Amino acid sequence: MELFHPRQDIPFMRHALWFNAVSLITFVAAVLFLALRGLNLSIEFTGGTLVEVRSSEVVALEAVRDVLAQAGLREAQVQNFGSARDLLIRLPHLGDGESAQAGERVKTLLSQVPGTSFEVRRVEFVGPQVGKELATNGLMALAFVVFGIVAYLAMRFEWRFAVSAIIANLHDVVIILGAFAAFQWEFSLSVLAAVLAVLGYSVNETVVIFDRVREVFKQRRAKMDTPAVLDHAITVTMSRTIITHASTLAMVVTILLFGGETLHYFALALTIGIVFGIYSSIFVSAALVMWFGVTREDLVKPVKKKEEAVV
Amino acid sequence: MNRYPLWKNLLIAFVLLLGAIYAAPNLFGEIPAVQITPARPGAPFDAQTLAARLEPKLTAAGLTPQGFLFEAGALRVRFADTETQIRAKDLIESELNPDPDKPEAIVALNLLPGTPQWLSRLGAKPMYLGLDLRGGVHFLLEVDMDGALTKRLDAIAADLRSLMRAEKIRHQGIVRNGRLIEARFADEATAEAARRVIAKNVPDLALDVTAQGETVKLIARLTPAAEKTLREFALKQNITTLHNRINELGVAEPVIQQQGAERIVVQLPGVQDVAKAKDILGRTATLEVRLVDDTPGALEEALAGRIPPGTELLYERNGRPILVKKDVVLTGERLTDAQPGFDGQTGEPAVHLTLDSAGARIFREVTRDNVGKRMAILLIERGQAEVITAPVIRTEITGGRVQISGAMTVEEARDIALLLRAGSLAAPMRIVEERTVGPSLGKENIERGVHATLWGFALIAVFMIFYYQLIGLYSVVALAANLMLLIALLSILQATLTLPGIAAMALTLGMAIDANVLINERIREELRLGVSPQMAIAAGYERAFATILDSNVTTLIAGVALLVFGSGPVRGFAVVHCLGILTSMFSAILVSRMLVNFTYGGKKRVAHVSIG
Repeated sequence: MELFHPRQDIPFMRHALWFNAVSLITFVAAVLFLALRGLNLSIEFTGGTLVEVRSSEVVALEAVRDVLAQAGLREAQVQNFGSARDLLIRLPHLGDGESAQAGERVKTLLSQVPGTSFEVRRVEFVGPQVGKELATNGLMALAFVVFGIVAYLAMRFEWRFAVSAIIANLHDVVIILGAFAAFQWEFSLSVLAAVLAVLGYSVNETVVIFDRVREVFKQRRAKMDTPAVLDHAITVTMSRTIITHASTLAMVVTILLFGGETLHYFALALTIGIVFGIYSSIFVSAALVMWFGVTREDLVKPVKKKEEAVV
Repeated sequence: MNRYPLWKNLLIAFVLLLGAIYAAPNLFGEIPAVQITPARPGAPFDAQTLAARLEPKLTAAGLTPQGFLFEAGALRVRFADTETQIRAKDLIESELNPDPDKPEAIVALNLLPGTPQWLSRLGAKPMYLGLDLRGGVHFLLEVDMDGALTKRLDAIAADLRSLMRAEKIRHQGIVRNGRLIEARFADEATAEAARRVIAKNVPDLALDVTAQGETVKLIARLTPAAEKTLREFALKQNITTLHNRINELGVAEPVIQQQGAERIVVQLPGVQDVAKAKDILGRTATLEVRLVDDTPGALEEALAGRIPPGTELLYERNGRPILVKKDVVLTGERLTDAQPGFDGQTGEPAVHLTLDSAGARIFREVTRDNVGKRMAILLIERGQAEVITAPVIRTEITGGRVQISGAMTVEEARDIALLLRAGSLAAPMRIVEERTVGPSLGKENIERGVHATLWGFALIAVFMIFYYQLIGLYSVVALAANLMLLIALLSILQATLTLPGIAAMALTLGMAIDANVLINERIREELRLGVSPQMAIAAGYERAFATILDSNVTTLIAGVALLVFGSGPVRGFAVVHCLGILTSMFSAILVSRMLVNFTYGGKKRVAHVSIG
């Protein structure tokens, strides 16, 4: 059985402009959302306290909010977490000394909510300093990944490939972030991990296509221009692209379905990242390579020298 | 063609066998147990006798133990179920610690891996589960290094004042100013003299003499090396103290680790009472030195209930009663260090104490007046005083360097030094991060993670076999081998498995199949070009290799970045992700190739490759 086996190369590059226009619009929209709405950062980055409780009865969020507000915790956010009986309570950072005790305070206060009892399932407290460090470390990690991948690809291929690949994949990252900003999904440390994993993963896609491009450049003596080579490389790897991504997506979607609330946004970030990863690797990075004007000489040079030496 | 040499097949089989052995302990679950450890680290503890003492009592109460495990300084008793375990814990607790204020032993609930003996003998252990999977408390404590530094500088300033007095150098004031100590002198010559004396006596200081109008200033600061030592010392001392205190909580497997230069991670699996944990972690113990009342008959009187006025009846660590005067000679603040060592003359094990200058002065006076008498060093915690040691004063002790020796083993010397140091926290700590996970959430997290992984795996397996047939089946076997090797590696390294770690496992499997898809697609492509089946298989594996390597390296770069810059959940994810990439390289290429070789390799004519 074969799902995808075109007889002729598909002229992707002819429509490159269109594809990139679509990309650009999504990208601009993502940037706008990020700029206007911003990310809904989790307490891991902002500092604060989070308490997850399970109520023995279905409880009105208002009742819980009232109890907390009466005790002066007006800024507490209360929301359902997965089911009507699971609640998540977030408190902003309250100033030194007080914050470390906030978790216990919430526990005591909750016992005043009438008609139900609560089981505390999780308490997280992050000091503001730690939050700041986590944010800085996150940016450092992103920089490290970007630099590492560019360096590796520049070494293995050519700088124009490296730059194209990283632009295409950073564009995915921005789109994931844009989606998180647009829907105000919570951006936590595990989402950041997902984002960076996606970055590594969708570079794979680009690498597979570039590998083919290099191979075709080396093999074919017949004059094929760069767009034709790119078209050919994308077409022959198409089947692999679909199957691999379907597999990874199957995994990620099962995490989304079975992994529970804790992994929800993590899986969501991966899903968006993988879907856009396919798109950007094929349409954006390949097109960028073309526009950067890569020729066969850029890639085949070292081999040629060898041949001359033999002759 | 398409045959691996024998050694290669054997090597792959060997790796898979190792993987199977080390992954196996994860299948056996856990057995409820009660863990008993001595209340004070290093106190005499005879697990065998204790077991013999407890067994009849437990059996009589209908709580038959399933087995005793003896380890250095710990006794573990296994039980059939958690209910028996909890009842047995209460029984043992009341048996060993009739007085809860003076516990003889720490009794804690524990879960022991149900790994069969033959596996444990090979060193095979199940994966180490993180707190989000087993429930418990996680604290990140930050040591107040500024506090430690100022405290030390204040002490040094006081030392310098007495040094100037002793050397009869006139100064116009020695004060600490931020991270500096400023000493003022009337003229250059005096300042220079002071500089020489200080440089000789206090090598930890960097000194500068500057003239300023009428007076000459001598500015002293800690040398970078001394400051570094001080920071490390403060952190180490805090960790030691935390160890002692956490023992008291009765936690089976606490984790106390340094993180970065000034932070300490404390993880207490199974602990739910956060308030109590915080109370114990933040508690300060104090150290006091007092004189012992050795008046003949006084101790007997006190034991009979008539305690002489001005004294207090206390107990030594070995339980021997001792009568101690209420007047405090010195407190722990005057003690700057306590180290185990040996007596310079007799070679006996000893504890070396260092006092600051004020402490040294008091100590000299007290020892001069009390030669031949005993002096007790007390650790006071929760209002309970305990005599750590009560040595005899042999001579007048000057210079603030005290040695306690005689009738102690090397181990005892180490414990005493540790307790003395633990008596005062080097620097205050505060909690900067806290996570509590309830046990039910932990269990749910494991279930969810395992379900997600298995369902995802099943989906991929069905698809691969349907799409690539026999070769697809081999890819699935390779993927299963990858999962097994990954679990084995995590078990061997005892890396902490967290929920994000399980997610990484699932994700890595989803990504690992890429290598096989690349290979299989390549084989199909070659076949389509009309290459013979044998050639197609060989070419498929060879050509796909470069691509697999490139794509794995880029994924690994992202993984390593997460490992280096990540913390907490991110790190848990990254460890599994990176290891998974490495194992996938092995299994996707070598294991699947071995299977393909067994089927097609070496045959003269292969008419058809079962690849769909």
